Amino acid sequence: MPDINTILFYIFAFLIVSFSFIVVFAKNIIYSAVSLFVTLFGTAALYILLRADFLAITQVMVYIGGILILLIFGIMMTTRITDSEIKTTNLSSVPAVFVSAGVFVILIIVLLTTKWNINPPVENDVTVNRIGNLLLTTYLLPFEIASVVLLIALMGAAMYARKK
Amino acid sequence: MFADYGQILVFMLFAIAFVAIAFFVALFLAPKKPSYSKESTYECGEDTEGETWVRFNVRYYVVALIFIIFDVEVVFLFPWAVVFKELGLFAFVEMAVFLIILILGFVYVLAKGDLQWDKPQPVIPELKRQIFKVDSN
Repeated sequence: MPDINTILFYIFAFLIVSFSFIVVFAKNIIYSAVSLFVTLFGTAALYILLRADFLAITQVMVYIGGILILLIFGIMMTTRITDSEIKTTNLSSVPAVFVSAGVFVILIIVLLTTKWNINPPVENDVTVNRIGNLLLTTYLLPFEIASVVLLIALMGAAMYARKK
Repeated sequence: MFADYGQILVFMLFAIAFVAIAFFVALFLAPKKPSYSKESTYECGEDTEGETWVRFNVRYYVVALIFIIFDVEVVFLFPWAVVFKELGLFAFVEMAVFLIILILGFVYVLAKGDLQWDKPQPVIPELKRQIFKVDSN
């Protein structure tokens, strides 16, 4: 009898992989975007299984609460929805096959050559405390630089979105 | 900490089961007598107008982009809020600097008028040339 962690891992892994297939193969791009929700949520669940709770919260906050919404916004604003259903088409399947095959081979090589460090997960209490402490003391400079990076992103986004 | 997420999992399972059970019970028990008004799209009792999938206005995009930036900022606020009491004034100043830099961006966006809801500017027809003389008296 495998323990509950293993069972949950396989359930979430199965969800992630199957919904990723829908993301790639769905004919209607809105279905892809909605399936991406399950994929991203499953990833958050995997983070929790790895005892990285802050990362999981960040995943839900930023990817599901932000980027996925932005994607759906983008679909709703850019395509001519009223003309026809939004279809996903692949314009250049031959280069895509080569690139995907290349990435696949690289991933397999990485998978085989990595020394997997299999330890039982360390039972931390809430990780946010330690992250907060480190962020505000040892890693203060990266923390403040992060705000500058965000500022640049904000100004850049505003500049691109502005009408010429 | 890990067991707390078990509660979320149970909550999720219950949510899925609740919807699924309600759906299937309705599927099996409810009588099916479709009619025109039952099959038509419901829009608060009004007749629907146009397509369901309307194209959203591009104006929303700027707001969405700015939202993402502040969404990421909130992620940084979480660990700060947890250790705020331990570190005291030091942490407060650090976060103040962090926020001021970001608010600078917000002020920039405001000042440049990117958040301005550009209203349609109708061209009001005006009389350029008078063809007929109008007698004033």
